[in-house]
Amino acid sequence: MHFGLSEEYSQLRETVRAFAQDKVAPVIGEYYENRQFPYELIKQMGDMGLFGLPFSEEYGGMGGDYFALCLVLEELARVDSSVAITLEAAVSLGAMPIYRFGTEEQKATWLPRLCRGEALAAFGLTEPGGGSDAGATKTKAVVDGDEWVINGSKCFITNAGTDITDFVTVTAVTGTTPKGGPEISSIIVPRGTPGFTVAEEYSKVGWLASDTRELFFDDVRVPLANLVGERGRGYAQFLRILDEGRIAIAALSVGLAQGCVDESVKYSRQREAFGRPIGENQAIQFMIADMETRAHMSRLGYYDAARRMLAGEPFKRQAAIAKLYASESAVDNARAATQIHGGYGFMNETPVARMWRDSKILEIGEGTSEVQRMIIARDLGF
Amino acid sequence: MNIVVLVKQVPDSGAERSLAGDGWSVDRSGGTNVINEMDEYAIEEALRLKDETGAQVTLLTVGPDHAVDSIRKALSMGPDAAVHVSDEAVAGSDALGTAKVIAAALGTLEYDLILSGAESTDGGVQVLPHLLAELLDIAALTGARKVTVEDGGLLVERQTEDGYEVLRASGKAIVSVWDTINTPRYPSLKGIMAAKRKPVTTLTLADLGVDAATVGRSGAATTVLSAEPRPARGAGVKVADNGDGGDQLVAYLTAEKFV
Repeated sequence: MHFGLSEEYSQLRETVRAFAQDKVAPVIGEYYENRQFPYELIKQMGDMGLFGLPFSEEYGGMGGDYFALCLVLEELARVDSSVAITLEAAVSLGAMPIYRFGTEEQKATWLPRLCRGEALAAFGLTEPGGGSDAGATKTKAVVDGDEWVINGSKCFITNAGTDITDFVTVTAVTGTTPKGGPEISSIIVPRGTPGFTVAEEYSKVGWLASDTRELFFDDVRVPLANLVGERGRGYAQFLRILDEGRIAIAALSVGLAQGCVDESVKYSRQREAFGRPIGENQAIQFMIADMETRAHMSRLGYYDAARRMLAGEPFKRQAAIAKLYASESAVDNARAATQIHGGYGFMNETPVARMWRDSKILEIGEGTSEVQRMIIARDLGF
Repeated sequence: MNIVVLVKQVPDSGAERSLAGDGWSVDRSGGTNVINEMDEYAIEEALRLKDETGAQVTLLTVGPDHAVDSIRKALSMGPDAAVHVSDEAVAGSDALGTAKVIAAALGTLEYDLILSGAESTDGGVQVLPHLLAELLDIAALTGARKVTVEDGGLLVERQTEDGYEVLRASGKAIVSVWDTINTPRYPSLKGIMAAKRKPVTTLTLADLGVDAATVGRSGAATTVLSAEPRPARGAGVKVADNGDGGDQLVAYLTAEKFV
């Protein structure tokens, strides 16, 4: 048993690390400050094949796996979370539902452009009235002739409003289950469909160089063939998508937590106070040692969850543990790193300030920490 | 079209480098060896021509066994194959000895164009392309910032201190490139996985028919008389502004050839 990475995984990680340091780090601060979507970086990531990582070559993918995606997310988030979440949402929420549950025609139509990073897709699950609580879904889709007619709204949807967004997969109530609950299905709504409007970009606390939108559906008509997977399986489908996505968010969180260590080591060695580098104080060293410990343990958590998933073993609990621990570690590390940076840590131009702003959402997105604890407790038999 | 790109593994110029036990050669045993930076631009240029013309791209390197790590990395960018000349007798070769080995290896390959970086970050002598051109009796177009394949020949813009010169060559040629020529691509996962399966041919001096006595330390035509580790960085120059601060700055920058 070992946690070492194969040569391919290591080389992929090294490549993305170099890309993040050489191409992302010098420019991302300005995109962030101006709240602009970094199209140029996304294009370069597309050229590297990052958007097609876990998909088969038949659809233009790279033939890699989900763990490869996680390694890439970690390395990107080590420098910046906006580009990391853009990739995460594009692959694991945008393309994955089509890849996993779509028809051959849907895959052939949409996946090649998504795999090349030329287009992005979004997953519309969360609504103003609820996220993880699927029973609260209000968006409705009814059959009228050979079309679905969709009405409702979605919120906090990543990648839904970029210039290159091709479509959003929307979950909607399509009937009632035999037990009397809402029957939920997933339906593709292409960009530009009449009645489908995308609101202005939110004013967010963090992830400022990523795209997050509110969506409105007002008698939106799409062909019946836009149903993804089986009717009424929408709930089960997105549970699977969310379980996987938690591993990805854990990896992204580890990246942020590690980035805080990188920046803090660098800064505390060069910043002097009372005649010596602040890093010579044990108080600072211990803070950084704790940060490194959290980052390391979080990494082991997502490695294990990903390994289980790829081996076809149950991984729900481990994915929740990985996401819970890594996201809380990211928040802890960002707070500590900001503290170590003193006044500079409160300046937007300092990378750890960006990490501090970007960290909090990790405890919220793709299931809050409370939801993760709920999942873990349930899996223990409660 | 067949393109051969000359690739050299060098100690990472971003890391701490030191002299080997002999006091004059670079210590290459450390773990931080990388592809010579300028060679990545030569590889990219070859791949650009491959994308354009469907050329076959082969990498050629001379170096110890661990040079194969850099070869695999370079292959993940997209070249088709690699040739690695590895022989202990090559160790300590000067530029001329290395050129003899490379010329012999090129003799085993089909090529129309040879690309290389304009210099290596370890030796930095910049003469290898010229030596090879002489040994192989082909044209040398060095210091390129742009390469265009024309009907039956090559058009190259050579970068100079003041601008550029336009050079044209027909027939086989060696072109060395500067880092202004392109932006090297990052390997994709597919490229990384494919690199494992690409053929890397390992050759010895005996395979090439090169007499070991004519290369290596003993066969070197030049001798390093002495080598010194780089001196520790000195204190900076502080310009006190007594009304002529600007002039002093300009004088300093001019003297140091920054402007």
